[in-house]
Amino acid sequence: MSDLLITGATLHVTRAAGDAGEPRPGETADVLIRDGRIAEIGRIADAPDGVTCLAADGLALLPGFVDLHTHLREPGREDAETIASGSAAAAAGGFTAILAMANTSPATDTAEAAELLLDRGRTVGLADVQPVGAVTKGLAGEELAELGLMARSRARVRFFSDDGRCVQDARVMRRALEYLKPFGGVISQHAQDANLAGASACCHEGEISGRLGLPGWPAVAESAIVARDVQLARHTGSRVHVAHVSTAESVEVIRWAKNHGIAVTAEVTPHHLALGTELVRGYDPVFKVNPPLRPREDQEALREALADGTIDAVATDHAPHARHDKEHAFEAAAFGMLGLETAFAVVHDLMVRSGRMTMSDLVRRMSIDPARIAGLTEHGRSIAVGNPANLVVIDPERAVTVDAAVSNSLSRNNPWHGMSFTGAVHATILRGRITALDGKVHDQ
Amino acid sequence: MTKHLLSSADLTRTDVEAILATAASMHDVQRREVKKLPTLRGRTIINFFFEDSTRTRSSFEIAGKWMSADTINLSAKGSSTSKGESLRDSVQTINAMAVDALVIRHNQSGACQQVAGWVDASVINAGDGTHEHPTQALLDAYTLRSRVGQLDGRHVAIVGDLTHSRVFRSNVITLASLGARVTVVAPPTLMPAGMRDWADRDGFATSWDLDEVLDDDTPDAVMMLRVQHERMSGGYFPTAREYTVGYGLTRPRLARLLDRKPEAVVMHPGPMNRGLEISADAAESGASIILDQVSGGLAVRMAVLYHLLAGEETAA
Repeated sequence: MSDLLITGATLHVTRAAGDAGEPRPGETADVLIRDGRIAEIGRIADAPDGVTCLAADGLALLPGFVDLHTHLREPGREDAETIASGSAAAAAGGFTAILAMANTSPATDTAEAAELLLDRGRTVGLADVQPVGAVTKGLAGEELAELGLMARSRARVRFFSDDGRCVQDARVMRRALEYLKPFGGVISQHAQDANLAGASACCHEGEISGRLGLPGWPAVAESAIVARDVQLARHTGSRVHVAHVSTAESVEVIRWAKNHGIAVTAEVTPHHLALGTELVRGYDPVFKVNPPLRPREDQEALREALADGTIDAVATDHAPHARHDKEHAFEAAAFGMLGLETAFAVVHDLMVRSGRMTMSDLVRRMSIDPARIAGLTEHGRSIAVGNPANLVVIDPERAVTVDAAVSNSLSRNNPWHGMSFTGAVHATILRGRITALDGKVHDQ
Repeated sequence: MTKHLLSSADLTRTDVEAILATAASMHDVQRREVKKLPTLRGRTIINFFFEDSTRTRSSFEIAGKWMSADTINLSAKGSSTSKGESLRDSVQTINAMAVDALVIRHNQSGACQQVAGWVDASVINAGDGTHEHPTQALLDAYTLRSRVGQLDGRHVAIVGDLTHSRVFRSNVITLASLGARVTVVAPPTLMPAGMRDWADRDGFATSWDLDEVLDDDTPDAVMMLRVQHERMSGGYFPTAREYTVGYGLTRPRLARLLDRKPEAVVMHPGPMNRGLEISADAAESGASIILDQVSGGLAVRMAVLYHLLAGEETAA
């Protein structure tokens, strides 16, 4: 276990449950890490022998980011992404933990599959890979997967999702929510009513889809499921998490549910915050994603909801695809876009530099709250003595221009290519070890 | 003129006028005993059809041959899943053969635009999914102008399944560029999403009531769109007879149209569902210019090939 001294960093911390004695936000301090935990905070004149030193003057030290929504493609599509390459992209993007979605081939719907993923993630060692369990066998939406066995496994699965597909059947959703209660599980729902937005729906339904002649994906196909699910959460007393919220209508429903004390949480992706439906006008499948990019009014509602806390977390929905799966006609091309390496820059620029959120808010939305939602006790903790040293060092002033050709991911479906943002990840630290420095990964 | 013809929006009014003027002289060639022109000698045109078509493909093929181009037809099943050969792979082998033009029909919207980004050849959209069919709009304009003259201020009603119609999407652009007023008529379920905003922005009218349009603002031309039978199972409307009662060009409706405007014409891009969107009487009546549309198609496609490929040389 590595020891590390971080010097001169500005600490942006928000009190997390169970933590005490942390410094005030904005304070500058040196942080000494021993055996993967924070050992000392303050003025530390000299690095003790054998301790690596990371100079962070003018930089910000935050708890490492936690992604509730990553697609790793292993097992099954190792040509698009592997646990190793996805972990590398996560580390480069400032993430110390990622929740690996279950829609691999085969799906993560057994304890054995979950443990395999966990173990491979540990072997790679660039980020904690926390398996997401499927809600239903083979993500087919019919029979419950072995939720209890996955929960009891070494992977300790608490976060379940059929993501990529929606749990359509209200009865199946209800049973799953009830069944999860003894072990405090949560279901992350990909909200898409298949009758309103079928498999061909590939573009926000509106004037642009009409002009382009593309099958539309109407906003109501999402909000109708969100409305049903918050009622099921109320009825069962269980927790529902809404994945990749994309519409103003869904935000309204979630706000209403939270005001009524219903146990619902929600995430939004950087691309739904920042990119609009007009980008599909050129039929470039790099902008094809599910749910689709939405109009300006939806983006604005999502930004407002993220700022006011109606939406709890930013999640990337990092969805790598082999080039040939994106080079079909728009309707036949694969859904999804990369997100791990760009998430911080986009959210920082769009939400913090614009003044809509503080850096502490960003820490809540990208680290503390996603860790809490997923039940990860070793992540999203404040910078305090005794806490695990899962951290990220940020350069808030550095400008970056995204180049799709430069990535730790095996895929290149990057919608941010050519765009510039202010704010960059300098270093990512997992249990005291530097996993990435300025985008370059440090293997074990 | 642009390098590619991907959308009717690629053409200015001047472009459209030039193509229609060339089409008129090409139409004369069609009536000659020897129809061959040397215009595109040495040029290679590939008709790459990912979707079945008889009329459009044969008319592009004959158009190329009459202008002395080497034309080759290729068929491929459009892949509907992400598992088949990618569109890019399909066209890149063709591109490697250094052809001059690719005429593409595809069952998915936007395919031609994507291909244009990957190949060196001129790409001509011969119908892409439910997006556009620019040469159809040009031949419709050509046929209409042959019958009614200049279109400035003329009123054209386009009636039927707008949601799934590439003919409508191209026509609404080309007709507007020639100064026509357009009203599109369909039941709400067969109007594309965002229709009101689109119509407001582009300056055409929409209606759910065909009789009202015929009565209150009698069109100079009524263009009936094909209603695909599979739409009925999609729940877009209850039954064929209910559709016909609301939106078909029935014998009484044709009489109503001609009563108010005896010189009005009836169009249909084909293939027709007689008895559904158009009655046999309407299709066969003196007002019908449906067969002229077929004959004009060849001349218009010759004109398009000429303008995109022949450069400064003379036409006929």
